[in-house]
Amino acid sequence: MLNLDVSFLSWDLFNKFILKGLLFSLELTAVAALGGLFFGTLLALMRLSNSKLLKALSATYVNGMRSIPLVMVILWFYLLIPVLIGKSIGAEWSAFITFIAFEAAFFCEIMRAGIESVGKGQKMAAQALGMTYAQSMQLIVLPQAFRNMVPVLLTQTIVLFQDTSLVYAIGAYDLLKGFVTAGRIYGRPEEVYLLAAVVYFVMCFGLSTFVKHLQRKMSLV
Amino acid sequence: MTLEWQVFLTDDGGGRTYLEWLLQAWGWTLGVALAAWCVAIPCGALIGVMRTLQGAPVLSRLGQAWVELFRNIPLLVQIFLWYFVLPKLFPAMQQFSSFWLVVIALGLFTSARIAEQFRAGIESLPKGQRYAGMALGFKTWQLYRYVLLPAALRIILPPLTSESMNLLKNSSVAFAVSITELTMFAMQAQEETSRGIEIYLAVTVLYMISALTINRLLTWVEVRLRIPGQPSSKGPSLTTGH
Repeated sequence: MLNLDVSFLSWDLFNKFILKGLLFSLELTAVAALGGLFFGTLLALMRLSNSKLLKALSATYVNGMRSIPLVMVILWFYLLIPVLIGKSIGAEWSAFITFIAFEAAFFCEIMRAGIESVGKGQKMAAQALGMTYAQSMQLIVLPQAFRNMVPVLLTQTIVLFQDTSLVYAIGAYDLLKGFVTAGRIYGRPEEVYLLAAVVYFVMCFGLSTFVKHLQRKMSLV
Repeated sequence: MTLEWQVFLTDDGGGRTYLEWLLQAWGWTLGVALAAWCVAIPCGALIGVMRTLQGAPVLSRLGQAWVELFRNIPLLVQIFLWYFVLPKLFPAMQQFSSFWLVVIALGLFTSARIAEQFRAGIESLPKGQRYAGMALGFKTWQLYRYVLLPAALRIILPPLTSESMNLLKNSSVAFAVSITELTMFAMQAQEETSRGIEIYLAVTVLYMISALTINRLLTWVEVRLRIPGQPSSKGPSLTTGH
């Protein structure tokens, strides 16, 4: 039986190893969520447009991304970016680009459902008022679509936050890597894995409880 | 840039070609995914049913705790826990090979998501179904066996299909504990041969073929099980995922 000893935990350890990783994981989550939402919305608009070409392009991209494991996507970008631009940009920057590109596919599906959830009359009313396509989307449809989808978008962001741990594959310094490094230096690998699990759990459970609360509140409106 | 596919015919230093290694790695991926599926479906069904039992708040709470526990910790961390921590805490587990530890980790992780689908499926049935079963004098297990589960299973087949494809994709995380499945093969062969693009392309295509096969297989099951006259499902529902 292993005796767990957590006496090595201290602020010093947190500042030295964990904080840097935590900040990177949060940054990556925020950038990927916002970037993914932006490009995902563009992809959704392409998918719902009248152009066959745009539709096919968007569908191919989204279905392609969704049928490959995220780890493989991370590896692909890490391999291809230096080939394409001719110099290495490091694991952290590679992770930012990968996650925006990957999440765009998932946010596209959410925004597509969101846009379809807005009543047809809204769009017709906008047209009747003489709005252009861009105006009707920007002022009428997208704000409502976004609002309807806030809980799903947040849930996807929780999944995204958990997925950021997969940058382990290319050695970027994220929250998990912070724990693993600390465990190696203090010779306490078992304790730090448990601790990592607790930290991820508290953050994700907290946020998902908030999402549930939000969902209940929204369904009353 | 030219692609050199001959790389797959070269020897990897251990008396086998990279092509042979690739196919073995594919076998490991399918093996991990299939074994984990066999863990995830029964566990998920059980937990999902527990959460819908009437008059059993303890069981329902327990099921909820299970789902929250496995859903809110990243899969990679869960695999590390099963691989590094639990065998230290419970020495009996040291006899388990890394294959089975990953299978359990992946299976239980997926079971929480499948439990939610079973629960949603059962809860989406009209209340009258349950009452009708009770009125006929069914015991609880009979009620689930003959009334609720057959109907719920047909409803949740589309999300179950996409969760099975997720399971296959998630098996790639096994690379972290040195199981030579496709992703591990991709990383190692890329390093050894420096022909990353060819290697990654082959691995990616195999993942796509596997996912498509699962999709076709379960869609076929769905069509076979469809009750004549009942409207077909509206396609895959919107689920968040990886």
